[in-house]
Amino acid sequence: MASADSVIITNQLTRKFGELTAVNGLNLEIKKGEIFGLLGPNGAGKTTTISMLTGMLRPTSGSASVHGFDVLHETPKVRKSIGIVFQEPSVDDLLTGRENLQMHALLYGIPASERKSAIDKMLKLVELEERADSLVRTYSGGMRRRLEIARGIMHRPKVLFLDEPTLGLDPQSRQHIWDHIKQLRDETGLTIVLTTHYMDEADLLCDRIMIVDKGKQIALGTPEQLKQNVGHDLVTLKIKNPNLPALQKLGFISGLKQRDGTVTMSVTDIAKNMQKLLNAAGEIESVEVHRVTLNDVFLHYAGHGLEDEHGEGGYFEREMQSQSNRK
Amino acid sequence: MGELEAIYAIWLREFKVYLRERERVISSLISPLLWLFAFGTGLGSSVSFSGVNYQQFIFPGIITMSILFTSIFYGTYIIWDKRLDFLKAVLVAPISRSSMVAGKVLGGLTDVMPQVLIILIAGILLLGIKLSMLSILYVFGISLLIAIGLICLGLTLGANMSSPEGFSLVMTFLLWPLFLFSGALYPVDNLPPWLAWVTHMDPVAYGVDMLQGAIIGVQHNPVYLDLAVLILFAIAMAITATISFGRMQQTK
Ligand SMILES: Nc1ncnc2c1ncn2[C@@H]1O[C@H](COP(=O)(O)OP(=O)(O)O)[C@@H](O)[C@H]1O
Ligand SMILES: [Mg+2]
Repeated sequence: MASADSVIITNQLTRKFGELTAVNGLNLEIKKGEIFGLLGPNGAGKTTTISMLTGMLRPTSGSASVHGFDVLHETPKVRKSIGIVFQEPSVDDLLTGRENLQMHALLYGIPASERKSAIDKMLKLVELEERADSLVRTYSGGMRRRLEIARGIMHRPKVLFLDEPTLGLDPQSRQHIWDHIKQLRDETGLTIVLTTHYMDEADLLCDRIMIVDKGKQIALGTPEQLKQNVGHDLVTLKIKNPNLPALQKLGFISGLKQRDGTVTMSVTDIAKNMQKLLNAAGEIESVEVHRVTLNDVFLHYAGHGLEDEHGEGGYFEREMQSQSNRK
Repeated sequence: MGELEAIYAIWLREFKVYLRERERVISSLISPLLWLFAFGTGLGSSVSFSGVNYQQFIFPGIITMSILFTSIFYGTYIIWDKRLDFLKAVLVAPISRSSMVAGKVLGGLTDVMPQVLIILIAGILLLGIKLSMLSILYVFGISLLIAIGLICLGLTLGANMSSPEGFSLVMTFLLWPLFLFSGALYPVDNLPPWLAWVTHMDPVAYGVDMLQGAIIGVQHNPVYLDLAVLILFAIAMAITATISFGRMQQTK
């Protein structure tokens, strides 16, 4: 099953906390150079999975290898091969951005001759050059996240783990982070494993997605495949004199409903069939298309919505919390 | 080579943070002096033990106290790093747990040793303590040994504590007893047997005894015994700290 270009392979990876099974028999196979998403609600077991893949947490059963090294028995080699951005903020706020990277360079054994240029390059990449010498405690949430990403890739890891990279960030910062992630993949061919509970994020960034719920895989595929499996986009038409019989004859339509002048239906392969639909429908006043989202996919497989649970506060709230705790 | 750089990286971080948290520097330098004068002057020169006045008698004890409190505070401080997930970034790095402990111990020594120096200077200038250059170095060496064991004890506690709330328990059941039964404040010559026994169980007492020997020339135990206990204590604590860091590094 495991092909040669798989960077991460897990076999029935399982982690229990007492009675609770946080991760339940996951079989992952992540290819070199792809952005792989673990998508699921809070408590689905995403962070626990990452912790096991990065050698921070022992699996209860099953096995996993990263870049060919077993996470349990060859942990030091695994650690050398990976970069990670934790779900919780983890840059040192009593150091400057540059000092954080300097420390990282030393911890990862980047040769002295390359250190300075590597740090400068990273600061430039995440656009923190101007603030590089300010203490991290003066950074915004988005800047800290960017610094963490810079740190995560500075030692040229084979795999980068991003645990909820945009949790709690404002829309502009999220967009910024997304751009960086895409740029990274395009320019370096780095394999990226990303967890998120935002479907738009998974949809936008990931080449392949595993949807997880309660520790279990419930679906796996490219965003397109997943949406196609659920099928149909929802089309709502406002029509003056609806020609229902003509619509009913179209093979790609199902679940036709009419209410006053409004007709709704499910349509397969909408890009190809839209024209035919419009031709048949009659005199159209307005068209509304609701594309299938990963949320619909999630709903379809899990029986409940993706963003139903709001257990954890945002990145920022917790950041503020931990700052005030520290004082 | 790589591990040495890692140790340096961790120490450097501690050092920078130490310099930046001025409140910490100031209070850690001032509080032992306060103790010295409050205690010494309060009980005054009316009391004298072992042939020296009380201020001079408790001088080695005050050094020990500074080492004890600073070391344990410093060690348990990693709870905050843990909370902030800052420590995770270090734990996931490809370095050994003993390097992490070594870096942290050096960081702690950077905190402790300047205090020892300040107190020594104050003692020499203000209390009329007489010390040769050689005995100052000797006192430094002993202080270093005491501090290593206690920092590792603090790191062990910090690594195993899940929240800062537990710290008041550490104060009550560990820090104060370690200090009060160490013989820092009173001579251990004629103690009731149970108290003498408690003092024998207190590793800090051996440090106090060493320092009293070095500074006021009164030492109850043979030097080799004090030294052996301090060295064994430091080794044992370094091992438990390393194991505790290993546990944080890879949770069972
Ligand atoms: N150290 C732990 N001890 C006990 N339960 C835990 C621990 N870590 C995580 N869990 C539980 O495991 C489940 C999965 O958590 P997590 O992996 O953090 O989910 P996610 O990252 O998908 O939000 C949750 O129910 C969580 O409460
Ligand atoms: Mg999580």
